[in-house]
Amino acid sequence: MNDLFNSFMTGPDERGRFGQFGGRFVSETLMPLILELEDQYERAKTDDSFWAEMHDLWTHYVGRPSPLYFAERLTDHLGGAKIYMKRDELNHTGAHKINNVLGQIILARRMGKTRIIAETGAGQHGVATATVCAKFGLKCVVYMGAHDVERQAPNVFRMKLLGAEVIPVTSGRGTLKDAMNDALRDWVTNVRDTFYCIGTVAGPHPYPAMVRDFQSIIGKETKEQMQAAEGRLPDTIIAAIGGGSNAMGLFYPFLDDVSVNIIGVEAGGRGVNEKMEHCASLTGGRPGVLHGNRTYLLQDEDGQILEGFSISAGLDYPGIGPEHAWLHDIGRAQYVSITDTEALEAFQLCCVMEGIIPALEPSHALAHVMKIAPDLPKDHLICMNMCGRGDKDIFTVAKALGWEMTTG
Amino acid sequence: MTRIDARFADLKARNAKAFVAYVMAGDPDAAMSLELVRGLPAAGVDIIELGLPFTDPMADGPTIQVAGQRALEGGMTLERTLDLVRAFREGDDTTPIVLMGYYNPIFSRGVDRFLAEAKEAGIDGLIIVDLPPEEDEELCIPAQKAGLNFIRLATPTTDEKRLPKVLQNTSGFVYYVSITGITGAAAAQAVDVGPEVARIKAQTDLPVIVGFGIRTPDQARAIAGVADGAVVGSAIVAELASGKPVAEVLSFVKSLADGAHSA
Repeated sequence: MNDLFNSFMTGPDERGRFGQFGGRFVSETLMPLILELEDQYERAKTDDSFWAEMHDLWTHYVGRPSPLYFAERLTDHLGGAKIYMKRDELNHTGAHKINNVLGQIILARRMGKTRIIAETGAGQHGVATATVCAKFGLKCVVYMGAHDVERQAPNVFRMKLLGAEVIPVTSGRGTLKDAMNDALRDWVTNVRDTFYCIGTVAGPHPYPAMVRDFQSIIGKETKEQMQAAEGRLPDTIIAAIGGGSNAMGLFYPFLDDVSVNIIGVEAGGRGVNEKMEHCASLTGGRPGVLHGNRTYLLQDEDGQILEGFSISAGLDYPGIGPEHAWLHDIGRAQYVSITDTEALEAFQLCCVMEGIIPALEPSHALAHVMKIAPDLPKDHLICMNMCGRGDKDIFTVAKALGWEMTTG
Repeated sequence: MTRIDARFADLKARNAKAFVAYVMAGDPDAAMSLELVRGLPAAGVDIIELGLPFTDPMADGPTIQVAGQRALEGGMTLERTLDLVRAFREGDDTTPIVLMGYYNPIFSRGVDRFLAEAKEAGIDGLIIVDLPPEEDEELCIPAQKAGLNFIRLATPTTDEKRLPKVLQNTSGFVYYVSITGITGAAAAQAVDVGPEVARIKAQTDLPVIVGFGIRTPDQARAIAGVADGAVVGSAIVAELASGKPVAEVLSFVKSLADGAHSA
């Protein structure tokens, strides 16, 4: 690199843009709230007491740092690159989502908000939000697409046990996009006491930057742990992407380490085809405006948003975080897609090879590792983000594999 | 001067309040929608707010969400919405039409192309819910340059500090959203709305029209009494959705218009 090297880590700009992506495309009712949130977050960011509280909870409540695990049998099986897994599925509540929820709830408390709303797809963000609300005694309302309520029943029950109200959303096709619409409608109605805890690196500024910052603990730890294990940086880092928060959390601290290949894996569903039976916004979409930000979206020629398709409820979203859209356009990260079938194969292989039942979301990232690892040299270091555990998915997987869930 | 400016000049000269009706383009189908829109001026509607259907109407309640879905399922597009306006303009060159919707269908078409087509079709103003002043360069400023009014929403959360920013690039009129919430929700109270309208009027010469949560002729009268006019949307859309023929919907619209005009 030359002396004029520009950092990839300076975004977003003061308008909340990463290049042309991002922004603040919300109704006037919400605009003052978003500006207040931005102001509060800017103050918290440089406030040592804020981060002290975060780190205390990350350590004692979440169980951070999560381990960096060398997947030895999988590495031998694939016969190429050395495969590491960042074990964020070992966090309290079983996924990376809680990293971010803690940050937002601490902010909400500082802002004097007493009611927390959230949208959820797979239910992991909803469970994390319900969990932290229970811990702090805050009222929690979770919007979840009716279709997802059905396919993620264990998480729905968890949220209810934790004292949250789960509202099934029947508008649209009843998935994550529709849940986000209804959460925004709730927020616009209950502006005074309510804090909207967004689960991914999307939405109006400052959410994409704020959620990224909270999730960046994943990449920071990975960097240190890889240094300790191998004495150097990884060569390739890989993560699954729905909205893209676990991926952004892993990627962000590595953006200026230009020797590191960065690969995001979108949900290819039944294949990235003209029937749009997938959720690969970057591979199969084009720029548009939805849910407060400009990003790549699955949409028809008239600008109407299309419903994606994926076996994984957590990836079933027709958009992607704006920073990913920007990293895609400038070529700093590479984005690929993995089909349902490939993800299911990776899911099963991970179970029997490593004794880890992965969520369907990181199974997509693992499937791409399986594609590329065999052709890479043995000293090539891959780190994939095992961002969630698969307990919630066993019913979906059983159905897809044609297994009867009986005691026999 | 747009048709909107001319209409308000005329209302002012007559010392009359404005009645604004919202209907969704293409709901329940293109033919009935055109019939309804054509009937609005005779029912006493001073300004037509025409909804541009969108899959994800985040500021709208169930009534308008479902209306948009019906329209989209019936094949409504931005192109056909413009055709509807063109067909209306064949018989009416004075009633202002404000297109109300969300940004993505316009962004998808291309802002410059859209503005040229909208102007040619006979659209006079735009209300784009998800474009706050912070995003004025996207559409607001190009629209004003193209000779279309860009009508901004002011809300109960728009405080004193922010109001000048909201008013800065607004033209035609100011649309005061009477409640924090979605369309068709809680009833607006004139006693709350009056001081808010006065607060806005202290900072602008533009007419202030109030909408959201107005469903009956009495409410239209009460709200118009404390503002320059009232908007009714969901209540009209719900009449249409209940399967009533256009003539009956128009007589309901007339009762609302009479209410607002009697203020």
